[in-house]
Amino acid sequence: MASLLPVFEWCENTAVGNAIRGSLWLFPVVESFHLLALALIGGAVLVVDLRLLGLGLRRQPVAQLARDAQPWLAGGLVVMVVSGILLFLSEAVKCYYSAAFLTKMTVLFPAIVFTFTVRRRVAADDETRVRPLWRKLVALVSVTLWTVVAASGRWIGFSG
Amino acid sequence: MILERSGPGMSLLGFCQWLEKTPWSIALHESLWVYPIVESLHVLTLSLFLGTAVMLDLRLLGVTMRGVPVSEAARRLLPWTAAGFALMVISGALLFYAIPVRTYLNIFFRIKVVMLILSGLNVWCFHSTVYRRVAEWDLDPVPPRGARVAAALSLLLWAGIVVAGRMIAYNWFDTPGVH
Repeated sequence: MASLLPVFEWCENTAVGNAIRGSLWLFPVVESFHLLALALIGGAVLVVDLRLLGLGLRRQPVAQLARDAQPWLAGGLVVMVVSGILLFLSEAVKCYYSAAFLTKMTVLFPAIVFTFTVRRRVAADDETRVRPLWRKLVALVSVTLWTVVAASGRWIGFSG
Repeated sequence: MILERSGPGMSLLGFCQWLEKTPWSIALHESLWVYPIVESLHVLTLSLFLGTAVMLDLRLLGVTMRGVPVSEAARRLLPWTAAGFALMVISGALLFYAIPVRTYLNIFFRIKVVMLILSGLNVWCFHSTVYRRVAEWDLDPVPPRGARVAAALSLLLWAGIVVAGRMIAYNWFDTPGVH
């Protein structure tokens, strides 16, 4: 199989990648947005996952909480992905060799797919129809996936 | 190395210089795994601590969970915020303990501390004024102006705290030759 390294090298040599890498303050500024989105996504995910676990706002209907949190989760993800792509462009070759980056990308896709399919369905469903054990399992999977994404993401900075 | 003038008691810088020479501080600073793990914990806890605080602030702004009584949102979410805050303080204290002198002299650390104090004052003001009468506006989809101002201030200050915290890693304005 052909190596993907040329693709990563091309990414790093884009005008945006060069601009961020050449600037003293652009990288930490973009990273700050990445961190603020982490807090927003964390809140939007946890409010619903805690509720699915029978904690937090447990007197509120899950479906309503999920509807309320949805735009903030989606907005947070947009900021996260845009800032993440910018960070990636500035150090794509380092990412190519980073096990943490590979882990993050490998877990990120199932995390997003799970959030917008299984979890969305379970949170929106009539509570009498979904067994509590199933709801708790969905919340635990969600929290675990996102925690691995965040932890391996932080670890990209320690590698290379 | 800066030598402080001797005076009554110990200066903050003197304290940091003493702290830096303690064996555990050196061990933490030089550790291959413990320091990055503590730092990762500090960053990841943002999602628990600031995440729940942001959701409460957004409720106070009247832009989410409009059907949830404010007092219920506060009572149910703030324990998680507090647990996250405890983790933040412990991991943050350890990070400071690992690199005391450089951190103490770092301008971004000082900005962060000032904003943390302002944020605490904001919480105190909110709880001792407009939140005392929460029963009058508990069910309002959009809370009164005082609550919204406190929530907006909280969001702004915490955003600033996160940015300043991230910038502590940079030494652009550090005093040369001190560490």
